[in-house]
Formats: sequence, structure tokens, C-alpha cells
Amino acid sequence: AHLCDLIPSLQMQTVTLIPGDGIGPEISSAVVKIFEAAKAPVCWEERNVTAIKGPGGRWMIPPDAKESMDRSKIGLKGPLKTPIAAGHPSMNLLLRKTFDLYANVRPCISIEGYKTPYTDVNLVTIRENTEGEYSGIEHVIVEGVVQSIKLITEDASRRIAEYAFEYARNNQRSSVTAVHKANIMRMSDGLFLRKCREVAETYKDIKFTEMYLDTVCLNMVQDPTQFDVLVMPNLYGDILSDLCAGLIGGLGVTPSGNIGANGVAIFESVHGTAPDIAGLDLANPTALLLSAVMMLRHMGHHEHATRIQTACFDTIRDKKVLTGDLGGSSKCSEFTADICHRIQDLD
Amino acid sequence: MAIKLLSNLCPSAFLAVCRQQQRDDIPPPAKYGGRHTVTLIPGDGIGPELLNHVREVFRFSCVPVDFEVVHVNSALESEDDINDAITAIRRNGVALKGNIETKHTMAPSVKSRNNLLRTSLDLYANVMHCQSLPGVQTRHKNIDIMIIRENTEGEYSSLEHESVTGVVESLKIITRNNSLRIADYAFRLAREKGRKRVTAVHKANIMKLGDGLFLQCCREVASDYPDITFDSMIVDNTTMQLVSNPQQFDVMVMPNLYGNVVSNVCAGLVGGPGLVPGANYGRDYAVFETATRNTGKSIAQRNIANPTAMLLASCMMLDHLKLYGYASMIRNAILTTMNETRLHTADIGGQGTTSDVVQSIMRIIQSKGPLISEL
Repeated sequence: AHLCDLIPSLQMQTVTLIPGDGIGPEISSAVVKIFEAAKAPVCWEERNVTAIKGPGGRWMIPPDAKESMDRSKIGLKGPLKTPIAAGHPSMNLLLRKTFDLYANVRPCISIEGYKTPYTDVNLVTIRENTEGEYSGIEHVIVEGVVQSIKLITEDASRRIAEYAFEYARNNQRSSVTAVHKANIMRMSDGLFLRKCREVAETYKDIKFTEMYLDTVCLNMVQDPTQFDVLVMPNLYGDILSDLCAGLIGGLGVTPSGNIGANGVAIFESVHGTAPDIAGLDLANPTALLLSAVMMLRHMGHHEHATRIQTACFDTIRDKKVLTGDLGGSSKCSEFTADICHRIQDLD
Repeated sequence: MAIKLLSNLCPSAFLAVCRQQQRDDIPPPAKYGGRHTVTLIPGDGIGPELLNHVREVFRFSCVPVDFEVVHVNSALESEDDINDAITAIRRNGVALKGNIETKHTMAPSVKSRNNLLRTSLDLYANVMHCQSLPGVQTRHKNIDIMIIRENTEGEYSSLEHESVTGVVESLKIITRNNSLRIADYAFRLAREKGRKRVTAVHKANIMKLGDGLFLQCCREVASDYPDITFDSMIVDNTTMQLVSNPQQFDVMVMPNLYGNVVSNVCAGLVGGPGLVPGANYGRDYAVFETATRNTGKSIAQRNIANPTAMLLASCMMLDHLKLYGYASMIRNAILTTMNETRLHTADIGGQGTTSDVVQSIMRIIQSKGPLISEL
């Protein structure tokens, strides 16, 4: 029996929690504490996703993890380590393939208390996450000549474009920009662009523009305020989403969400496992917390989301209990406790 | 054939042969009666007006360079125009160009003219030197990065096909020869300019064979240059580091597409596309242009484009032709003008016009007195 079903009157929603490795467990428990303080209607189901070899020799995630995700449809994931010679593909890749996580969404919003050379950043990068340059198809043609194949399909391009416009509409964003290099990759990026244009026709309320990848990079570092929602194929998305994360302060404060087919959505922190500070109560839970806030919004719990986000930003702005990476010397538990107090005060 | 086998067996021997070839059978750039002939390709957008200003400054300064103008019409499907331009560059050895537009409305078989030029002439190294200029306001200061980008293969191989309707494959080609060549170019340039560190930018954790080969070639070349530190960085981390701490980078070498991203990020960091010149070097030819290769259609013919990048590119060209005296004279005039905030064009936050900037440059050149003889 599941906890949420035992007390149906509370109307709690189950979320699969994957703490991850390294600092994963401690930041996950920080998020759980904060959600408790905010009385968010979330019921956590903790699962482990270490790869196991299934029947037929194919690597897969543990069946109980898959069952939990398929039932709850929403997941929150901490950082996973990719061992170098483990013989299995990266866990992130396995999760992506298992749940067909086709869209990676990263809202990049400047954090008021955490100063970077860039202020007023408020954009969202939506990256196609299944094909493109990361199809993993490479061959050695002859000794010394390697060919990597970039795959662009009509279906995947249409799907990501549709998601981007839906997201823009649901989150009150006014424009979507397709990022491409169709001057050089005429057919592949040309196809991607065509699909974006077609989908744009059905979303007349959202402004659609197209921009070359290099022009976006050039303008992004000079004036990021001109961008709103950006949609792009895999590799450009990888580079641009990290570029934008750098604008607001790095991976330690950037939320990320992965949208899959069949209504599945997994939200995650995109930083590493930081094994050097694991278990020392020094980690910064902000990235995972902001991803959890993104998750709450996705689930429709906007009030709780805003309350937790406000408390988190207030704590950072106050600068009294910052963790090491934010320039302070406090512990993770102190940072977490401060946020919890603020949430309770906000009530 | 033997050369290619050599690259697999012994990279240093392969590179030694390449360098020897470079010294022996290359004809010098066209020079008749003490005057050099340089191919000029106006291109589209702001290209024509900026190159006119270059000619104006050269005429005013009595630079012994004559331009052979070749127009390339980007609206035509035939490749005759670009082939004429390529022939002219083969004849003269050196070119100065504006960017040629690639129209999306045309069929995918109509390839980018700029790319065609680079690959036909085998201009394998794109070199960009990003430096913070004292007169320009930017968020980051003290940036001094040299970017060396492989210019002929990688993602720009223009090999695409639609095997099944709705499924397009685009091939990214990485070869050992070209990777060794560009890595060697980077290390040689670093040594020549007294730089201490070369960073290879890649995505070998995902593209294990392709970028893996590139990285391996860089490592092999690095072992021949023990005086220079070599390290590597994944491209997404690189962009993140560039926007937070760009001062950590010295010389960077990378394949084609990452070069495109990194060079545009760096150009943005030092003040924008109007400031940075770029050069494309091959074994036999050199073509100079603005580093970020923008057509600038929206600001064309409005007298607001920044002429700095194109003028600095022309100075790089003069250095290549060994006309060092003229190069430094014009370059000094440009940098002095840059210090005058009221002459800044719109892209760097001012309200000056293109002609204001050019007039100022010529005034400074005039004040330095006539050049009696070439130094």
C-alpha cells in the first residue's frame, strides 16, 4: 500500500524521488524538509536507479524504479555518477531512453541575491533531447577518418516545437526563437526549422523568430534580456543551456526539467555529485530545490511553488547563511533551516 | 598517399613534411612593380560599404595594394561566381572579403558560398585574437584569448542526405590529418607569440570516436611542445567558464562547430561583432574578414556599421604581405579612435556614424606625416 493512498483526503500526489550519488542524498533530504515546512501536497517514494542487467543482456533501470515512475509520472532526481569503465551507458542516458524524455527545459532567471555580471536574465532553453548530434552513431571509415552522424527527424522536430509553443503559452511567455545553423547544415537544420515554422502557424498568439546559433551566442553574452524561449536541436541545446546557466551563476543554482512521452516528467539538478564534499553537510541544495519548484508548477501547485521559491531567494539575498559555493561558510542544514523558517513565517 | 600513411605511423614526421612543403614550393603573393594585388569580395549586407572604407583608407595612406574586385551574387544557383572568386584568390594569393549571404529559400543543394571558398582553398586554420580594447565598456576586462578553429571539416562537411522521408542524416567528419595539422598550427602559433597554454575544446565524452580522435591528435602534438601547457575542456563547460571567468583562457584550439560557438561568445565578451578581425590561413592562401562573419543586413547602407573589425582585418592582411609599417600606422589610428567615446558606433553604445570613425582614422594617419619609404 502506498502512503498517499492511505490518507486520500489529503489529496497528496506521489512523486518518485531519486536521491542519486555523492551529495545527492543530503540535498534530497533538504528538499523533503523544505516541502514539509511548506506543507506541499507531495508524497515521496524513494527509489534507486543503479543499472542492472535485464533478461537478454540489455542494461536497464531497476523494475521497481520504473514501476514507481510509470505510476506517479513525476520524478525528482539528484546527481548520478557515471562510472568510467562500468560497461553500461550513463544512467542519465538510460533514464532518457526508458521514459522517452524528449524535451530538456531549463529556465534561467537571475537570482537577486547572487550577483553575476549579468542581471535581468529571464529566458528558457528547450532542447531536443533524443536525437541530433547525440545519436551515438559513429564509424571509422578508414584508418584516421571518423564519421559521426547527426540525425534529424520530422517527428522529433515537430514534437519539440509543439512542446516549446505549448510551454510558452502555458507560462505566459511571448516569443519562441528557433536556434539553428541552416546556412551550413542545409538539410538537417533546414528540416528542423521547417517544422518549427509549421508549428508556429498554429500558435499565432506567440511570436516566432529564427536566429543562427552564432548570432544567439554573440547576442547572449552582450544582452541576454532580448531572449525569451529558445528551442533547438540537441547539441546547440547542450551548449546554450550551459551558457545560460553560466550567466545566472552556474550549475549549482540552475533548475532543469525533462519532459517525456506519456505525461512523464523528471526534474533534476544538473550539477555533479561533488564526491569531495559528500556527507559533510556542505552542499548547496538550491539547484535541486529550484527544480522541485519547477516540478510543483508543472503539477499545478503554483502557490506552494511561489512560496518556496520566494523563501529560497530571500535566504540567498540576505546572505547570512550561504553555503560555500555561494560565498558563505554555513552548513547545508543551516541554509535549509533558514528557508524552512521563512516559509513558516510567510504563512 | 605516402603522406597519409606517415600521419598514422609518425605524427611528427608527417608534420615535418607539411612544414617543409610550406616553405619550399609556395609562390609569394602577387606583386607587380612593387604593388601587391589582393582579391576583394564585397559580399552582401554591410560588406560592400565596409570594404569601400578600407579602400578609402588605403588610398589615403598610399598603401601599395591594388584590389581586384570579384562580385559573388548570392541569389544565383550557379557556382560560377564563387569559382571565379576562388580562381582570383589562387592567382593573387591573398583576399579580403565580406560575408556572402546564404539564402534559405533556395534548395539545400545550393551550398554556403563562404564554406565553398574555405574548403576549395583548403584554408584550414581560422585564427581570431580576442582582446579587451581599452576604450570599450564590457562586463569582463583583461580578456586576451587566441582562438584557432579547424576551418574545413567537422560539422561543416556539407554531406547530408535524406535516406528515408522525414529522416535526415548530416555527417560530421573528423580526420587524423586535419586534426594533427590544426593542432600543430595552434602550438606553433602559441610558441611564436610567447603564449603559455593551449586548451583543446571538445565533446569527446559523447562523440567518443570523432572528438576522441581530435583530442588524441592534440595530445600527440602537445608532446612535441613541452614548453607549452596543454589541457582540454568540454565545450559546454567552456561556454560556462567563458561567461564567468574568461581571463583563465590563453590559446584555444577546436573543431569547426565549437569554434563557431566559442569565437562568437568571445567576440561578444570583448564588445561585439564590429570589433574583432578574423583570418583564414591555408598552406598557400590567406583570406581576411571580420571574425564573426556577419552579413549585417539590418544595418546595411545606413552608415551605422562599425568599420573597426574590417579595418583591423585589412591590417592583418598588410602584416601578411609584410607591409608592417602601413599595418601599424593604420592600426594605431584605429585604436586611438576607439578611445574617443563620442566616436563609438551604435553597436558599442555610441551614436557615431561609420564615416565619422573613418574620417577620424584618416585624420590621425595624416597627422603622423607622410611615409617616405616602406619600412
